[in-house]
Amino acid sequence: MEHIKTINKANLKESCAKGGCGECQASCQSACKTSCTVANQECENQSRIQSK
Amino acid sequence: MVHTFFLNGYYLALDVNSGAVHVLDEETYDILNALLPGPIPEECGENVVAALSGKYPEEDIREIYGELYRLQQDGQLFSEDDYERFTDLMKGAPIKSMCLHISHDCNLRCKYCFASTGDFGTGRMLMPVETGKKAIDFLLTHSGNRHNLELDFFGGEPLMNWGAVEEIVKYARSKEAEYNKVFRFTVTTNGVLLNDENIDFINREMKNVVLSLDGRKEVNDNLRVTINGGGSYDIIVPKFQKLVEQRRNGPFPEYYARGTFTKYNLDFTEDVYHIDALGFDQLSVEPVIADPSEPYALTEEDLPVIFEQYEKLAKEMIRRKKEGNCFNFFHFMIDLDQGPCAIKRLRGCGCGNEYVAVTPDGDIYPCHQFVGKEEWKMGNLETGELNTEIKDKFACSNVYTKQGCRDCWAKFYCSGGCNANNYEHNGDINIPTKLSCEIERKRVECSIMIKAAMAENA
Repeated sequence: MEHIKTINKANLKESCAKGGCGECQASCQSACKTSCTVANQECENQSRIQSK
Repeated sequence: MVHTFFLNGYYLALDVNSGAVHVLDEETYDILNALLPGPIPEECGENVVAALSGKYPEEDIREIYGELYRLQQDGQLFSEDDYERFTDLMKGAPIKSMCLHISHDCNLRCKYCFASTGDFGTGRMLMPVETGKKAIDFLLTHSGNRHNLELDFFGGEPLMNWGAVEEIVKYARSKEAEYNKVFRFTVTTNGVLLNDENIDFINREMKNVVLSLDGRKEVNDNLRVTINGGGSYDIIVPKFQKLVEQRRNGPFPEYYARGTFTKYNLDFTEDVYHIDALGFDQLSVEPVIADPSEPYALTEEDLPVIFEQYEKLAKEMIRRKKEGNCFNFFHFMIDLDQGPCAIKRLRGCGCGNEYVAVTPDGDIYPCHQFVGKEEWKMGNLETGELNTEIKDKFACSNVYTKQGCRDCWAKFYCSGGCNANNYEHNGDINIPTKLSCEIERKRVECSIMIKAAMAENA
């Protein structure tokens, strides 16, 4: 019996290797303007995206 | 750090530092909870077996323990927080994002407006074109090696100074090739002055457009009123519909119908459904930012109802997703695979460091919500001054400097919360607001649960 189903690739640690480029959108420039929600922002680091 | 929660029939575990999300059966959920906070040794201790043996067979306990241990060895459970070494990376960062207050005047008198009905308490004023051009020059020269520059036309109501917007956009476009930059323009509007011409311009030039609408007519018209005190719903909805309909065929499909919910409409899921039914399937309905003494302000006693509403919304979205016709709700958007890097997640919106707001007279503030708070004025476009002490203060504020964030499981999703909100409520950008934290944690749980439900369906 399957007890555990992992639904994503755990990549937060790997994200640092090519992260921090600063090209992604400031979160308040999307819909919010009053609430800081960051995890829904898209990564715009081409070298990181292409390495996937 | 591992966060476990049970929601809508799903037993879930989030490994905070790796970002791994695990859907568990009830047995595994119970065993994992008995092992918190972790990490765990290779051999299952007799005390663990003894504690759970009354409920589950020993063989099951040992088997599940082994699975959990393997996840730990794979870096997907009880992983370490080793991100603090990246906290100084953004000190001295380029400024690449700007909220341009093109108009400190407004043609609505929304009762909850954090901008004092448009002028931020600094007097009604429109930004001269020359000031806007200087703001463009500022971004071009302060953005270092950043390629994508963001500029949101904000107010007040930007459409009240639309001629200036068009000239500033034209000026910025004329500089893109020379500086090897791309401007991504956005606009936040109440819609009153939308017409064929400015809709066409918005849909051609603005990467995103935020359309302010609170939902049901009676909800919207209770707080979003005209100068004469009338409702705005009937004025704006047909214009928003026209804009969105035409936008679908343009170069930038992105838009948001954005509402605010208050103590007056705690049943805000009805407003979400209403906005969707009007034809706006990209939407956000957000909690009001207000002094707790205001009658419409949300308070901690509202939390159970707000939580119940978010759960209800999440369940409805799962139902609609399975039918293939669900709207997109901004606060439930989450990318568990390819979201922002951990370095971005340490400090959130970037206000005061990578992101600033500029007023009609050229004053520079950390963000739109700090405008009018003289102690946070960072400089002025005319003088060229920029207070790097304030900039560094924001650059060095992160989930490890903010009170309570280090030990919070949601820290890599909200990234320490809204600095302006923190300052307004607690007098310190590093002290998060409990109400906002509670609401954010609930939203993240709902977002993850939706992913689990859809993974099951896949």
